[in-house]
Order: sequence, then structure tokens, then C-alpha cells
Amino acid sequence: MPEAKLSLCGVKKSFGKQAILRGIDLDVAEGEMICLIGASGSGKSTLLRCINQLEPVDDGNVWLDELDISAPGLDLGPIRRRIGIVFQSFNLFPHMTAMDNVLLAPRRVLNEEVQGLRLRAEEEFARFGLAQHKDKYPDQLSGGQQQRVAVIRALVMRPEIMLFDEITSALDPELVGEVLDVLRELRAEGMTMLLATHEMGFAREVADRVCFIDGGMIVEQGPPEELFNKPKVARTQEPCTYSLKELNCFMVISKGASSKLNFSALLTLDLST
Amino acid sequence: MATGNDGRSTDQITVNKRLKYEARLRQRSMVVAGVSTAIVVLSIVLLVPLAPGWEGVKTSFFNGEVFAKTLPKLLKAFLWDVAIFAWSVPLIFALGLAIALARAVRSPALFPLRIFGAAYVDIFRGVPVVLVIYLVGFGVPGLGLPRPWNSPYIWGTVALVLTYSAYIAEVLRGGIESIHASQRAAAICLGLSERDTMRYVILPQAIRRVIPANMNMLVALQKDVALLSFIGPVEILRQAGIFKSLLANFTPYVAAALIFLCVTVPATRYADYLMNRDRNARS
Ligand SMILES: Nc1ncnc2c1ncn2[C@@H]1O[C@H](COP(=O)(O)OP(=O)(O)OP(=O)(O)O)[C@@H](O)[C@H]1O
Ligand SMILES: [Mg+2]
Repeated sequence: MPEAKLSLCGVKKSFGKQAILRGIDLDVAEGEMICLIGASGSGKSTLLRCINQLEPVDDGNVWLDELDISAPGLDLGPIRRRIGIVFQSFNLFPHMTAMDNVLLAPRRVLNEEVQGLRLRAEEEFARFGLAQHKDKYPDQLSGGQQQRVAVIRALVMRPEIMLFDEITSALDPELVGEVLDVLRELRAEGMTMLLATHEMGFAREVADRVCFIDGGMIVEQGPPEELFNKPKVARTQEPCTYSLKELNCFMVISKGASSKLNFSALLTLDLST
Repeated sequence: MATGNDGRSTDQITVNKRLKYEARLRQRSMVVAGVSTAIVVLSIVLLVPLAPGWEGVKTSFFNGEVFAKTLPKLLKAFLWDVAIFAWSVPLIFALGLAIALARAVRSPALFPLRIFGAAYVDIFRGVPVVLVIYLVGFGVPGLGLPRPWNSPYIWGTVALVLTYSAYIAEVLRGGIESIHASQRAAAICLGLSERDTMRYVILPQAIRRVIPANMNMLVALQKDVALLSFIGPVEILRQAGIFKSLLANFTPYVAAALIFLCVTVPATRYADYLMNRDRNARS
């Protein structure tokens, strides 16, 4: 066993006949921040959902410390508590205030007295600039505020690792920054994080390692400067500027073509922004 | 600035124009509706009395004297309808919820429970209420149960609860399924159990969403309570029937109908109001 907080060995997942993950190997060290990038539909979300066992894996293992959490028949409640996750949208429970959203799970699950929990939650609200919003309902909050509450809700469970699934991609551009700031703060604290993102600039800035996923495999990985500046894959395209949307289109159109081509397009995009 | 002001004033003018236009339209349709209603009412009022049997119908259905005489007792009998309704509702919701939850379980080990729930809903929605009332109301006391347990009030209530809980279960299940799957995912990912997820996250949202539909079920139930008259309880319909035989006059039925309308019309309006508010809130 490698010295990793989280370790994936040959993880495979299909939906029906469609193979989404074709054997993912990935070690995440304690305190490491890894960004997963790849085209839409390449399986980033599926990978994250397989990590916290929201989707059972078909084959392979997911190790959390010394425990194989992908083994069938485990009681997943206590395991999921150790892995926080924030999704793209529909995160918060709309019938509860932000504070109740945050307190529901710890109250039901953790053996802590409510008073202490509430204090801890209030500290988190204050830390992320939401102190005056804690008694509002989700639909009274902006998208960025909602995502920050979702992060707080995951954090009060004191997870050992956090997963983020494109948590800024449903937001208006001007709200993206405040959510990325939260991630920076967690990064500074040394939280172990795995995040699927389309924010290349951000990945480049904060990631310890970037994994490029295509066709259900990690086709390339490494520190961001290495990956973005000197890709092992030869560039087959002249530098040109693609917006993210165009890039996705491009990747879909060129689905039949080699993944290398796609990747270099991706790099081109990043260098030009 | 100048353009802004100009823009606003032209806006104002078009808005006023539209308002005027709409007011004119409204006025015209009001006139049309008023005139056509008046024609229909007038022709009924004028033509029906010309029918050969009108005098007979008038004395046997719209007899003011009989109406005044029977109304107090009918109202009193209606209290039974209200009482049966009142104690049926909590039972219906409890059973309906249990069935809906049985149908929503995901664990393969509990698959038989789902089958049971599905069968229950199919059976009791598939059989007319009257039949269930007959079968349960006559069948069970026929077993020769001792005194309080052969009461038609009890078994009539049971029949209503069986039928209506099937409908409510279906409505609730629809509500549960309408909650976005990510809500469940978010709760499960926090380490909540399936049970807590249902109880604290899914159900509160689902129930809120189906309140209007349930209001309509309750209106229907209030009317169907009268069907228990077939198996014995002296509620309003039965009481009206007794008066009919006694006085050889149908006016008590008309009175009973009016009493029902006094309750069901406001309730239906309220349900519609809730439904509309819901639709507006969501769009
Ligand atoms: N529950 C499911 N059932 C069937 N197919 C699914 C399911 N979930 C995902 N898929 C399919 O798996 C593929 C990968 O989906 P996934 O959401 O993991 O991609 P992604 O990389 O997160 O894309 P995006 O960037 O758009 O979020 C898609 O083709 C999707 O249609
Ligand atoms: Mg995704």
C-alpha cells in the first residue's frame, strides 16, 4: 500500500454498455490538491461519485487510509462523513435556513453537543463572510453564497478529504471569484482536495497536480506548470484562441480523433488566456 | 438622461395603451358573459314552469315548508359526516404515508414491501369506493363480532381509509419522486442514513409540494362520506332518505345538496388558490 490518504486502483465504472471509467489509478497524498480536467462527459463527476461510493464501482478498489471503502456490504454512513463533497448545483436543502442546512447532518450523526456545533458553524459562517446570512433560506442567497454554505456544511463534518465537482460552473461569472477564494483558503489550511474544474487558470494557480481525463482514463498528469507549459504530448495545432464553450464543441466534434489532439487544444486555450 | 426620460415616457404610453385595450376586452367579455347567462337563466325560469309536470316537481323538490322543517335535523346529521371525515383524515394520511414510504424503499432486501405497496395501491384505486364500503361494511360485521366491533361507523371508516389512503399514497409518492435526485445525494453524502434523508430532506419538501393535490382529495372524501349511508350510519344522506319516506317529499335531498355545497365550494376554491399560488411561485 502506498502512503496515500486516498488511493484508487484500477477503478472501472460503466452505465449499461457505456464504459465511463476504464481503469483509473490515482494516489492522493495528505494535504495534496488535485485538479481533474477533461471534456464534458469525460467522467470527472462519475469519478468523484465513485470515490465517496455514491456510485458503486464495477471493478478496482478505492482505499481511504487502510480501508477498502469500495468493498461491498460496508456501512457507508461513517465513511461518507470522512469525505466531504460539494456539487455543481442543487446542493442546499431549500426548506431549511443556511444554518439548519449546516447543522442537520452533524446533529444527526456526530456525537457532539448542539451548543458546540452551533458555535463551530457560526465560526465557519463568519470565516467565509456569511455571518449575516446564516438564517436565510437558500433562495434568498446568491448562487455564490449558496455554494459557500454548501462548503461550510461539508466542513462542519470535519472531513479528511474534500471533493468538489465543478462548483463554480453554474455561477454567474462575477460570483466565481468568491467561491474560488474559499478553495484557496482551504488549500492554505492544507485540506486534502480533489476538484473537477473547467477553471484552467485556477487549476494552474493552486493545484499540486493536474490530471487530464479523457476516454475514461487519466491520459496525462503532473504539476500544472509541467503539464501546461511543456506537455509531453506534441502540439499538433497552431496556437489559437478557443473559448471554453468552443473548446467543448471542438472536443465533441473531434471525439473520433485522438485524445492527444484534444489535449493540445486544451493547452492552447490555457496559454492564450 | 434625456434618452432615459424619453424611453420611460414612451414606455408609459404603450403600457397605458395596453391597459386600455385590455380593459376594453374585459368589458366586452363581461357583457357577453352577462347577457348569455341572463338568457339561459331567463329561459329556465320562464320555460321550465311551462312544463306539464312543473307544479308537481315544485311541491316535491322545492317545498319551502318541508325545507324549513327538515333543515335543523339534516344539519345535525351532517355533523356525523363531519365527524367521520375528521377522524378518517389522520388515519388516511398515516396509512397513505406508510404505503408511499413502502413504495419508496430502495434496499433490495425490502423488495417485497414495495410489491405490497404497489398491489395495495392498485387494488384500492381500482375498485369503486361504494364497493369497498359494501364489502367491508357488510362483510366484516357479518363475521359476528361482539357489540361495539360490528358498528357500521367503524367499518365504514375503515372502508374510506382503505380507499383514500391508496390515493393519498400515490399523491405522496409523486411528490417524493418529484424531488431532485441531487437532494438525496447531498444528504447521503453528508453521512445521513436513508431514513434520516427521507425524514428530514425528502419528505418535508414532498409534502409541501402535494398539499394542493391533497386538498382536492379531501374535498372528494367529504362528499364520499355520504356513501356510508348505504351501510347504516344515520348521516345526512340517510337522514334525508328517512325524511323523504316520512314526508313523501324530495326537498330534504335538495337541502342536503345545498349543505354539501356550503362546505365543498369554499374548500375547492381554496385548493385551487393553493394550486395557483404554487404554480406562480414555481414559474
Ligand atoms: N447515472 C447515469 N446513468 C447513465 N449514464 C450516466 C450516468 N451518470 C453519468 N452518465 C454518463 O457518463 C458520462 C460521464 O458523465 P460525467 O458526469 O461523469 O462527466 P463529466 O466529466 O463530469 O462531464 P461535465 O464536465 O459535463 O460535468 C456521460 O456520458 C453521462 O451521460
Ligand atoms: Mg460533471
